[in-house]
Amino acid sequence: MAEVTVENSITPDQKGNVLSRFVWTYVFATDHKVIGLQFLFSSLIWFFVGGFLALAVRWQLAWPWSDMPIFGHMLFAESGGQMSPGFYNMLFTMHATIMIFFVIIPILAGAFGNYLIPLMVGAEDMAFPRLNMMSYWFMWPAFVCIILSFFMPEYGAAAGWTSYPPLSVFQGDAQSLWLLAMVFVGISSMMGSINYLTTIIQMRAPGMTMFRMPMTVWGMFITAIMQAFALPVLTAALLMQLSDRLLMTGFFLPENIAVNNGVATSGGGQVLLWQHLFWFYSHPAVYIMILPAMGMVSDIISCFSRKPLFGYRPMVYSITAIAGLGFIVWGHHMFISGMNHTLAMSFMVSTMLIALPSGIKVFNWIGTLWGGKLQLTTPMLFCVGFVSMFVIGGLSGIVMSAPPVDIVIHDTYYIVAHLHYVLFASSVLGVLGAIYFWFPKMFGRMMNEKLGKIHFFLTFVFLNGTFFPMHFLSRMPRRVADPYIYEGLKDLLPLNQFMTICAIGMGLTQLIFVANFFGSMFFGAKAGRNPWNANTLEWTTVSPPPHGNFDVQPVVRRGPYEYSHPSTECDFFPQTETS
Amino acid sequence: MNRFWSVLFLLVPILGIATVLMAMYGVAPLESAWLPKSLSEAGDTIDQLFNGIHLLSAFILAGTVFTIGWALWRFSDRGDSNEKALYVTHNTKLEIAWTVIPALILIFLAFFQMKSWAENKMDRPTVTVDGVTDFKPPMVMVKAKRFGWEFYYAGDDGVVETEDDIFVENLLVLPAGEEIVLQMESRDVIHSFYVPELRLKQDIVPGMTQFVWFNAREEKEIEIMCTELCGWGHYMMKAKLDFVSRAQFDAWIEEQKSAYSPEFKNAAELSALLRDSNKSFAAKFSNDARPQLKLKIN
Repeated sequence: MAEVTVENSITPDQKGNVLSRFVWTYVFATDHKVIGLQFLFSSLIWFFVGGFLALAVRWQLAWPWSDMPIFGHMLFAESGGQMSPGFYNMLFTMHATIMIFFVIIPILAGAFGNYLIPLMVGAEDMAFPRLNMMSYWFMWPAFVCIILSFFMPEYGAAAGWTSYPPLSVFQGDAQSLWLLAMVFVGISSMMGSINYLTTIIQMRAPGMTMFRMPMTVWGMFITAIMQAFALPVLTAALLMQLSDRLLMTGFFLPENIAVNNGVATSGGGQVLLWQHLFWFYSHPAVYIMILPAMGMVSDIISCFSRKPLFGYRPMVYSITAIAGLGFIVWGHHMFISGMNHTLAMSFMVSTMLIALPSGIKVFNWIGTLWGGKLQLTTPMLFCVGFVSMFVIGGLSGIVMSAPPVDIVIHDTYYIVAHLHYVLFASSVLGVLGAIYFWFPKMFGRMMNEKLGKIHFFLTFVFLNGTFFPMHFLSRMPRRVADPYIYEGLKDLLPLNQFMTICAIGMGLTQLIFVANFFGSMFFGAKAGRNPWNANTLEWTTVSPPPHGNFDVQPVVRRGPYEYSHPSTECDFFPQTETS
Repeated sequence: MNRFWSVLFLLVPILGIATVLMAMYGVAPLESAWLPKSLSEAGDTIDQLFNGIHLLSAFILAGTVFTIGWALWRFSDRGDSNEKALYVTHNTKLEIAWTVIPALILIFLAFFQMKSWAENKMDRPTVTVDGVTDFKPPMVMVKAKRFGWEFYYAGDDGVVETEDDIFVENLLVLPAGEEIVLQMESRDVIHSFYVPELRLKQDIVPGMTQFVWFNAREEKEIEIMCTELCGWGHYMMKAKLDFVSRAQFDAWIEEQKSAYSPEFKNAAELSALLRDSNKSFAAKFSNDARPQLKLKIN
């Protein structure tokens, strides 16, 4: 054990009544596992809210201005149930905001980071348990702001998740709430990342060298570094925009523009400044949303291939390279923004370079599969799905990194296709795989395999049906409430209807997951300590692990991927086992 | 069941590449799905890059995902042998190969496309008059506003933003077969000028001036789209772009000059815009639009 000991003065009040016990266990929880589950549950709830918003967007694109089912008559009684164009803008803005800031980042860093880091490095808890508690608490003001913003006259922020000024500065009050929510989410992530870094550096079990850490921990480690360095910039930018809105500071407003019959601005600001600051965070955020998933997928693929991860060190180096390059590619979001056109060349080169470490990772995953003894369990299928979908998302990334090609496809549905292949078809498939994989550790019961496989199959088919045709809509601008107002886009209606039907199918498929998740929590088969015969430390303790995690201090003797080692009888070789 | 999953993964590159090729070479039902026919030489170059990188991507997609599908077919554990998996941790030669080869391809791509980018965005056309070379003056000044386009043609003096500018709204008529330079500014928020047929897109940022140039080879009527979210009416911010012969263009400009009358007809223009959108409820947002200088609507 490292020299840092965890002092945990907040303990559950054992003698209190049910309410006080609930409050002490779940509200004032300092146990990293409880906080991880809190993040998991709130993210999953928001996942469904974000999904509903996406379906409403798809509805409008397939059957524009027709009555919106269910909510149409509640919100738009005077127009007979059809949504307004401003409402449509709110839908895609809030869909992206919720999915990025309330679902993918919290579920990867918050839920799996919290749950797995101490268990995988052999620590009894995080380095700063109370800071950890605060990091979840700070999600709640963000939740409150966003929920409140839905009740504003314009139904929520509607300037896009990128919130480009001057438009965002002249939006209604929902935009201020949106900005505040983002500040709170940022503070939460910041606290989390400091905690992860300290825990990983200081609290590794004896024998757990950096290069014996599982890829999951490496993914979380690099992600935490990215968050720690990129988030302050976003927070500063958010506060600048907030003061532009409330204090008329004009950081982002040039001279003499007038919106909504308002007075002309006095100026002095730069519109492009926001875009630089925003993307300086938000491009690293793209990697924050995929590196932890890549780490978890590496562990799961190695486990079910019963074979060491191919090229462990190159995998670590490539994650590090992605993170490093991730800080100098933000300009590829701005090729046609009016930014210096010569500068675009350098951003193009760094963007192309980032394809290299990503490619190395894909090749190494295939190398891990090759010659293995593959067990196609549900988590494995999701992870193989992750790899094959990441190939598509990565390749379309190379297409759009070419600035001349980007002239055509920038701000069109091609971009929407790309980002959903990376964020949904890769990150979310990885997250679902991870849930199926670590569920037995979290709840002590197995998830149903048959339902899991049906869930995978339908999700995989429907997601390709929804997102692949978007590549062909590279002349259809995104964020347009009624694309068919353009003569040249009228013929795209049937394709959009097909995609919407697939999206509805994908949404319904997730109900299978909900049923499986809650059903298995109570009725699933009991899982032992190590149901998958995996090597890493979390599988040496009981499921679910108690407060303090390990009954004996684990001592690490080897790397995490010694599957099918020639010198052992069975095909796995836990990290703690004496040879 | 293992075979079923490997077939599922094998279907990804098969269907993916088949549909991409169908869209690229115009096979039904995706014959018109991808980009519309290019109207300019610069657009042709972009198309070649677009198709070339897609073909390369298709090749890589096939290679990687076929390997995944085949690995699932070949190496699945069917419980019929007690042999353990291969114990292989790395292979330095293989890893160097799959780092260096993609690196070379990417470096080639990076340098190969620079020329096209420079032609489209950096080498602004010039003219030489009396031995002095200067930028070619813009033919039209584009002012983007929520939610429409204002076009100011340089009048007889050949300079935009002067007294004799000819103003037209939401209609841009230009001569085909000539190199044309547009100057663009925004009145309020960020807009983006997108003409898919010309492979042309440029954000119009308030407080900055942008120039675009192009040379359409055919006479054709197409559309200008706004591709940067600019508010509730973003979707209806369109304009007509009509490429005509030089003679027709000159006649049209003369007609516009005589039609010039400095009247304010914002209400009529607005209602036309709203009729165009064909959405009755849009009326309730009409306070959002500023009174506009309106001269002629086609």
